[in-house]
Amino acid sequence: MTVSLQWYIGLSVVLFGMGALGLLIRRNVLVMYMCIELMLNAANIAFVAFAEKLNDIGGQAAVFFVLVVAAAEVVVGLGIVVAIFRRRPDATVDDLHMMKG
Amino acid sequence: MTGFLAIHSSAIVATTLPDAVVFAVAALIILAGAVGVIVERNPVHSALGLVIALFGVALIFLLLKDDFLAAVQIIVYAGAIVVLFLFVIMFLGVDKREVIVRESLRGQRPLALALVLLAAVGILLLGAGAHYALGASSATGAATSQPGGEVAALGRSVFTTYLLPFEATAALFIIAILGAVVLTKGRGAPSEKRGEDGSAGDEPDDVSMSDGPGSSEDLEIGAGEQEGENGSGGEVGGVSTSVVRAPSATSQEVEE
Amino acid sequence: MAGTLLATLTIPHLDYTAVLPEIILVGGALFIMLVTSLSRKSMGTASSMGWTVLAACVALGFSIYQWVGVTAHGGHGAYAAFAGSIAVDGFSSMVAVIVSSSVVVAALMEEGWLRRQGRVSPEMHMLTLVSAAGAILMAAANDLIVVFLGLEIMSIGLYVLAAYDYRRKESGEAALKYLILGGFSSAIFLYGIALTYGATGTTNLAGIASYLSKNILLHDGLLLAGMALLLVGLCFKVAAAPFHLWAPDVYQGSPSPATGYMAAVAKIGGFAALLRIFVSALGSYRADWQPAIWVIAAVTLVVGAVMALVQTDVKRMLAYSSINHAGFILLGVAAASTAGVSASLYYLFVYSFMVMGSFAVVSVVGGSSDDAHSLASYRGLHRRSPWLAWTLALMLIAQAGIPFTTGFMAKLEVLTASIGAHVTWLAVVAMVTAAVAAFFYLRVVLLMFSTAPAPSGVAPMDAIPAGVGAMSSAGAHRGTASYEDGGLSEVGEYLRVADTPADYPVEGMSFGFYAGDQGDQRKGMEGEDGGDGSEDLVLYGREMDGDMDGGGEAIYITPSVGVAMAICACFTVFFGIIPGPLTTMAHAATMLIR
Repeated sequence: MTVSLQWYIGLSVVLFGMGALGLLIRRNVLVMYMCIELMLNAANIAFVAFAEKLNDIGGQAAVFFVLVVAAAEVVVGLGIVVAIFRRRPDATVDDLHMMKG
Repeated sequence: MTGFLAIHSSAIVATTLPDAVVFAVAALIILAGAVGVIVERNPVHSALGLVIALFGVALIFLLLKDDFLAAVQIIVYAGAIVVLFLFVIMFLGVDKREVIVRESLRGQRPLALALVLLAAVGILLLGAGAHYALGASSATGAATSQPGGEVAALGRSVFTTYLLPFEATAALFIIAILGAVVLTKGRGAPSEKRGEDGSAGDEPDDVSMSDGPGSSEDLEIGAGEQEGENGSGGEVGGVSTSVVRAPSATSQEVEE
Repeated sequence: MAGTLLATLTIPHLDYTAVLPEIILVGGALFIMLVTSLSRKSMGTASSMGWTVLAACVALGFSIYQWVGVTAHGGHGAYAAFAGSIAVDGFSSMVAVIVSSSVVVAALMEEGWLRRQGRVSPEMHMLTLVSAAGAILMAAANDLIVVFLGLEIMSIGLYVLAAYDYRRKESGEAALKYLILGGFSSAIFLYGIALTYGATGTTNLAGIASYLSKNILLHDGLLLAGMALLLVGLCFKVAAAPFHLWAPDVYQGSPSPATGYMAAVAKIGGFAALLRIFVSALGSYRADWQPAIWVIAAVTLVVGAVMALVQTDVKRMLAYSSINHAGFILLGVAAASTAGVSASLYYLFVYSFMVMGSFAVVSVVGGSSDDAHSLASYRGLHRRSPWLAWTLALMLIAQAGIPFTTGFMAKLEVLTASIGAHVTWLAVVAMVTAAVAAFFYLRVVLLMFSTAPAPSGVAPMDAIPAGVGAMSSAGAHRGTASYEDGGLSEVGEYLRVADTPADYPVEGMSFGFYAGDQGDQRKGMEGEDGGDGSEDLVLYGREMDGDMDGGGEAIYITPSVGVAMAICACFTVFFGIIPGPLTTMAHAATMLIR
């Protein structure tokens, strides 16, 4: 009893939507960044599901590169957060709100 | 090694449980984790929600017989990225008081919800009746028909079809490491500097730096001092290298 | 086991010349990094700039060589390398030319900025080099995965450059905003790749194009969704409305040279990917994506032009003006024709010089703290430093699309392409917004050449705060602008008005050198000054006081920034008068897959 592709894509879309929603409603930068990770993972699910159904390794290779990119992006992103914090030592994570919009 | 273990667990999952159940459980885990990320007010709890969601995604990968990626997912995402998140949260310190999630723009949340729902429903509707590319000529070759299974197929594709992106990741890492070092090098923590020259009351005033040539000279000296005692900057740089090396280390395993 | 695997592994032919521009740029960064880490002292700003310029020039030279090889009749022609994941064609070579020349200008601007900041930081140049390699990779990519990696390489460098100014907290906030929204757009773009992959079975652009040309999709919902997400992701990157909201804040907060570089290179990379993906790979679906781009282009044009009108900060104004430019370039994308592609490329080429030239001036006027960017600090800039004023005026006039500048031909080309694609209404919208845009560009120009604010009495209009009021103020001063030859204090101004001929345009230029420009030019111009010299020397001290009152400071143009400004100005004028070489180049810059 196999799960059809639609279910995987449905799950992926819901996860993507939740990531986007979280990014839009949360103000804490670290949590917003986690939401971006959720969105990337939604793309990963879609890639692997398609790769499985297409019987093509390309999707898995794509996931491989996404992992690499996510790692690199997180390093710089958190580096920026830390750099801002060091300029304002009295700030906590809770103060790292976006300026506006 | 982990890939080996993962293959076994995948075999167990595949033989003992119907796919639908595994999928339902994994989906539940993912969605629970994602909800946790969004609604938890404490960033630490959000990070834990992220871990849960990422484990669920790894489970989906196992279900799709992608053991290697499931292992990498856990090692890189849960093992490195989320730890980095937690590290930063702890480093910055979460306030003891209840974190109040402010809404900066009136009506932004309903708007965001509506937009996201619209987009998600749109993609679902568009994709529901859609047929994926049945019979599309596989540019990279079928995953299962190659010797060595999934891992070997992935490794082979990385060193043939995706050789250029694989090499491009080198540039990506260079710029990531460079960025992390630049960001943390900088002027350093003002508190340390205050301790050094003993002028505790001297706040690092941004405006005063920019006025005369004399103060900018001061700053230059300060920057030079910082270059010497670059301890905390190197710390984060070290974290970055350990994170970014994880995928390339696994790819070396693939090569063997 | 390992032996059999290795035996079946046939590594594709590694044609490193295909990616040599990228390799040169990254290699330059690595070289600077190596020297910096090996030597005890950090590499000096000037030498890191020198190496960066050298690397960029070598990359530029090789790109031109590559372009000749691809487009010349006896050349090897376009080809794909690295197992079809990268394309070497006129398009990619021309983008490499554009990006490499942008790096030259950016390196010069950054040197001046670092010098003003009193910082020794060769990392800024390294980041510039590597992110430029990412932009070139985006343009040359023949695979969506490579596009994504190029996008990330470029973006990560730009995030860090945005955060580079640790003295202003706006810089960090700009970087955060750019990072979050950039990550958001990357994720959207990636999801678009995933859906496109699902719909076509490959991420290779040539594969997608051939799949779509061989098959008719009965249910193309997945592909349409994927295309929509790809479009949204890239529109975020190029700051097209309604995905432009990050741009003004990020442009305002980032260090000025980084903003100029970002405005140039992010647009080049983003539009190159947009053209490559949509026109080349998804060309057979143009009936579906063209209307979307029409709408986005129209909104972008209008938003950019209208919002720029009400800005009081020059960097924000330039941000909105760059949004307006994005709309123009989208015109070329929406045309989805060979003419559209070449028009877009041409526009990107001249735009990168115009915007970087503008930001070179902005970074100098911003002062050592890089925060004097209000319109008020541009009032009477001509007196304080005519070089800056004339350069910025030239750049703004070029951006407005006045004839005999490169901006004119650029606008003409995209409008022609748009009309050629039978989208006349969009061309009309574009022309209307160009007229609106010309208004706010000229407003800044007039402000720079108007008299400085008088404390009281003389010019009541000057008392109106900069902003919308500045328009009327500048307009009112148009008549008097011809005798703005240095009088700043009330007395000085009355004297000037009294003894100056009403028409006094030429000498006004030389006066400005005394008004706070402490550069070498001052001595150079002394000889030309003639009889008015003594009087001006008397006024000099008084004017300096006035400048300080107005929040300005003596403007010293670092030689490197001067060279950057000169490059941009010469490019804009030279190719504005003789557009032939560039248009020929753009017309030959075709893509491998069509």
